[in-house]
Amino acid sequence: MMDGIKKHLIPLSLLLLGLVVAAVLPATGLVNDYLQFVLISVAINAILCVSLNLVNGWMGEFSVGHAGFMALGAYASAILTVKLFPTAPAALLFPAAVLIGGCTAGLAGIPVGILSFKTRGDYLAIITLAFLMIVKSGLENIPYTGGPRGMLGIPRLTTLAWAYFWCVVAFWVIRNLVYSKYGRGIAAIREDEIAAEAMGVNTRTAKLVAFVTSSFFAGVAGALFAHQLQFINPSSFDILKSTEILVMVYLGGVASLGGSLLGAGAVTILTQSLQPLGTWRMVVLPAILVVLMLYRPSGIMGYRDWAWLKPFFSPAPRSNKKKETEKREGPQ
Amino acid sequence: MKYLAQQAINALQLGSIYALIALGYSMVYGVLTMINFAHGDVFMLGAFFCLLLIALVPVPFWLALIVVMAATALLGTLIERFAYRPLRKAPRVSAIITALGCGLVIQNTTLGISPYARPMPRLLENATYQFGGVTITMLQIVIIGVSLGLMLALDFLIRKTSFGMAMRAIASDRAMVSLLGIPANEIIAITFAIGAALGGAAGLLYGMAYPVVSASMGITVGWKAFVAAVIGGIGNMRGAVLGAFILGSVEVMTVAVLPSTYRDLISYSLLLLILVFKPYGLLGKPALHKA
Repeated sequence: MMDGIKKHLIPLSLLLLGLVVAAVLPATGLVNDYLQFVLISVAINAILCVSLNLVNGWMGEFSVGHAGFMALGAYASAILTVKLFPTAPAALLFPAAVLIGGCTAGLAGIPVGILSFKTRGDYLAIITLAFLMIVKSGLENIPYTGGPRGMLGIPRLTTLAWAYFWCVVAFWVIRNLVYSKYGRGIAAIREDEIAAEAMGVNTRTAKLVAFVTSSFFAGVAGALFAHQLQFINPSSFDILKSTEILVMVYLGGVASLGGSLLGAGAVTILTQSLQPLGTWRMVVLPAILVVLMLYRPSGIMGYRDWAWLKPFFSPAPRSNKKKETEKREGPQ
Repeated sequence: MKYLAQQAINALQLGSIYALIALGYSMVYGVLTMINFAHGDVFMLGAFFCLLLIALVPVPFWLALIVVMAATALLGTLIERFAYRPLRKAPRVSAIITALGCGLVIQNTTLGISPYARPMPRLLENATYQFGGVTITMLQIVIIGVSLGLMLALDFLIRKTSFGMAMRAIASDRAMVSLLGIPANEIIAITFAIGAALGGAAGLLYGMAYPVVSASMGITVGWKAFVAAVIGGIGNMRGAVLGAFILGSVEVMTVAVLPSTYRDLISYSLLLLILVFKPYGLLGKPALHKA
C-alpha cells in the first residue's frame, strides 16, 4: 500500500503543480487572452483526440461520428447553464454541467456500441456517419435550443484550469483503460476479432466500454467547447469537425497517448496560424489527411508511447507467470 | 389522386437522380470494397463544370451532357490513380479516410473559388404537358429519360459485355483475375471513370431540376445517394437503383407532410433502421470475413 502511494507521489505532485500553474497563470497576466484561448483549445482537442483514438486507434474501427457526441455534450451542458439554472453559482454548476454533458454523450454511445456488435469496418463507419447526421439535423429541428441558429449567450466558464483538469482526467482514464484487461481486449479486436473472441475476450463488453468511454469524453469536450466559445449551433458539429479530430488522431499517431497530445497540439496551432487563409484553411486539413494516409498511415507516434505516459505496473503480474510455468512443467 | 400522381412524378425525378449517383458509389464498392466518399463531390463538380461550360460557350443540352460526363470521368480516373491506387494494399480504413479527405478537399476548393450558391441557366425549353390533369414538364421527361437510358446502358455493359464480365470477376476475386491476365488496374480505372461520368450527369440534371448550384451539394445531395446505395445493399447495382427510388419517395413524402428541415433526419434515420434489421441492405449479401 505504502509502496503504491510512493510510486504515484511524483507524477501526482507534478500533475497538481500543473493544475496550480493553470489556475494561477491567467491571473498573473503573463499570457494574454488569445494565448489562453489557444491553450484551452489544445486541451479540449486533446480530450477529443484521445477519446476518438480509443475507437479509431486502439480498437481499429472507423468512427466519423465524434462531432455528434461532442454536439450532444455541448447542448446538454448549455441547456443546463443557460436555460435551466442561469443563476446558480458557477463553481457548482459548471462541473455538474460538464459531467452531465459527458453522460448524455455516453448514453448516446450505448446504441452505437450495440450496433457495432454485428457491423464492422465500412458499415460501422456508415452507422457513425448516420448518427452524426441524425444528431445534427435533429438539433436543427428543436426550437428549444434555437434550431439552426443555435444557442447564444452561454456563460464563459471554461477556464484554463478546468480544461487542464478534464484533459488530465481523460488521459488518465483512457491510459488506465488501454493498459488494463479490457484494453488488451480492445486491442485484440483490432488485430483479429474472431481470434479475440476465440481466446475468450468478451468482444461485446469491450466494444461497449470503448464506445461509451469515447463518447463520454467527447461530450465532456463538447461541454468545455460550448463554454469556451459561448456560442454553439448545429453546423459547428458537422463532418468537418469530425475530420479535424480525425486529422489529429492520424497525424499524432493511432493507438498512442503521446500521439494524441502531439496531434491535438499540432493541429490546433496549425488551424490557428492558418486563420488568415479563410475558406482555404479547410482545404489544408483534409489534404494533410490524404497525404498522411499515403505516406504514413499510422501517424508520427503510431502504436508507440513515451515511457512516462505508460503505467508503472506490468499488465501481467510476474507472480502469475511463474505459476503458469510451474503448472506447465509440473505434472509431466 | 391527381396529387398523388404528381408527387409520384416528383419522387421519380428525385429518385432517378439519386440512382445515377448511387450507381457510382455501388460500382466502386463492388470492385474495390471501398466507400468512395469523394463521389458526392464529383457529382457536385458535374454541376459546376456545366456552369463553366455554359459561361464559356453556349452549347445545347446534349453536348453539355457529353462534355460534363467526359470531364468528370477524367476527374474520377485522376482521383483513382493518384489517391486510391497507392493504397490498394493498405488497410481498408486508410482508403476510406483518403476518400473522405479527397471529397473535402474538392468541396472546400470549390467553396474557395465560388463561395456563394449560383443559379443554373436554363438549358431546355420550358414546355409542359398535361396527362389527365397531371402536369409533366419537358425537364422531368428529359431527366427521367436520360437517367433510365444511362441505367439501362450500364446494366447492358455489366451483364453482356466482356468488360462487365471482367468487372464482376474483379468484384469476386481480384488476385485471381490478375493471374488470368485480365488488366485489373485498367478495369478498375474504367469503373471509376464510368461511375464518375454517371455522377457528373446526375450533377447536370440536378442543377437543371433545382436550379441552384452550391459547393455543399456534394454532402447534402451526394451523400443522400450514398444512403440510397447502402439501403439497397452497396455493391449491388439493382439495389442501388431500388434504394434510390425508395429514398426519393420517402423524401418527397416527408416534404409533403413535414417541414423540409426534417428531410435529412428522416432519410438518415431510415438508413439506420434498415442497417439494424438488414445489416447489408435490402439486396446486399453479407461480405465474407477477411482478415
